[in-house]
Amino acid sequence: MAQREVELILVRQLASYLTIPIFVVDTKGTLIYFNEPAEVLISRRFEETEELALDEWSALLEPTGRDGEPLPHHERPLVCALEQQRPTHAKLLVTQQATGERLPVEVTAFPVVGQAGRDLGAVALFWTAPG
Amino acid sequence: MRVELWGVRGSLPTAGPTTTRYGGNTSCAAVRTDEGNLVVLDAGSGIAALGRSLGREERVDILLTHLHLDHIQGLGFFAPLFDETCDVHIWGPASPTVGLRPRLTRYLSPPLFPVALRDLPCRLTLHESTLGSFELPGVSCRAALVCHPGPTVGYRLSSPSGSLAYLPDHEPALGMRFFPGESAWTSGFELAHGVDLLLHDAQYDDLEYAGRVGWGHSTLGAAIAFAKLAGVRELVAFHHDPSHDDDYLDAFFARYDGTLGVPLTGAREGDVRVLGSSPLALDVV
Repeated sequence: MAQREVELILVRQLASYLTIPIFVVDTKGTLIYFNEPAEVLISRRFEETEELALDEWSALLEPTGRDGEPLPHHERPLVCALEQQRPTHAKLLVTQQATGERLPVEVTAFPVVGQAGRDLGAVALFWTAPG
Repeated sequence: MRVELWGVRGSLPTAGPTTTRYGGNTSCAAVRTDEGNLVVLDAGSGIAALGRSLGREERVDILLTHLHLDHIQGLGFFAPLFDETCDVHIWGPASPTVGLRPRLTRYLSPPLFPVALRDLPCRLTLHESTLGSFELPGVSCRAALVCHPGPTVGYRLSSPSGSLAYLPDHEPALGMRFFPGESAWTSGFELAHGVDLLLHDAQYDDLEYAGRVGWGHSTLGAAIAFAKLAGVRELVAFHHDPSHDDDYLDAFFARYDGTLGVPLTGAREGDVRVLGSSPLALDVV
């Protein structure tokens, strides 16, 4: 596997120290890293998981609006960050895989733009929110 | 390719009787290609003596890893810059908001230096988009960002006779609970993978590093582990801390027992490696 860009390496290292679930995706939306709190959310260990395509990890989370209505593709925060190159914040429900429980979360996603304006991917932070 | 070390010290020149064996000049290495072209890696204080040693050069390429002072402080004392018949190409990283020329001009202008960059007599060309691969006369180059504060790149130089990676300021273990980890998530891996010779930061011992995490430098142990992960043929530990005198460095490098199987030497001014011979030829000038 090719070496990741150093900006993504540093994002991963920061995320590994933080206590909220964090996803890091590449420019195609492929999930290339998730931290320990995110492992709890999707019931998978990063070290034992191959990269997950956008559709695969979306299917694990089953994100909807707080009203339970399916979220249009273009309104998903990470999709906005990747495709529109802008930060996005949204209140969602996602599925916690281990319990099947629908969790209210607030998701902040932002694009990772590296040195010389290189588009490298995006990051999503999942803030647990009161129901 | 012939590689000669002209400055192996980090942070601050340390001339004096206790640094005569390893040398006190800051980062500079000269690479002479098989065709005779000159590529200079960094412009620390060691570049001044390199410049004085040169004859007439039609072209010189200077590859700067970053613009910390110990990597550019010799630039204004490099003889080819004052030769109006010499083509000098300086390659280095821009910052996200400031180009290479204004960044260099901050140093090469009064009051820090009497001669402004624009007034240098040589035929000067600056190249600030160094990420990725590019060709220089006689050698293929690759630059990539590496883990060090501020815009910093490492370089890989390749020719039919061999390959060299130059990462003088590099902290690949920053923030990692276990080092080395996966190669795909290790800063600098692609630059160093499988090279014949790796010049790599090994500024600190473990105790020093504990108080300097995030300063952008490696322990000797991390440098050896990185070299092992990258499968390099020889590691030359570089960028010695200015507080480490000759006796300290002798003991520092003697502690490595070779168990990881990485041939290691501590860089000394005047060391020469000739890539393409087997085993690597070593001369001390």
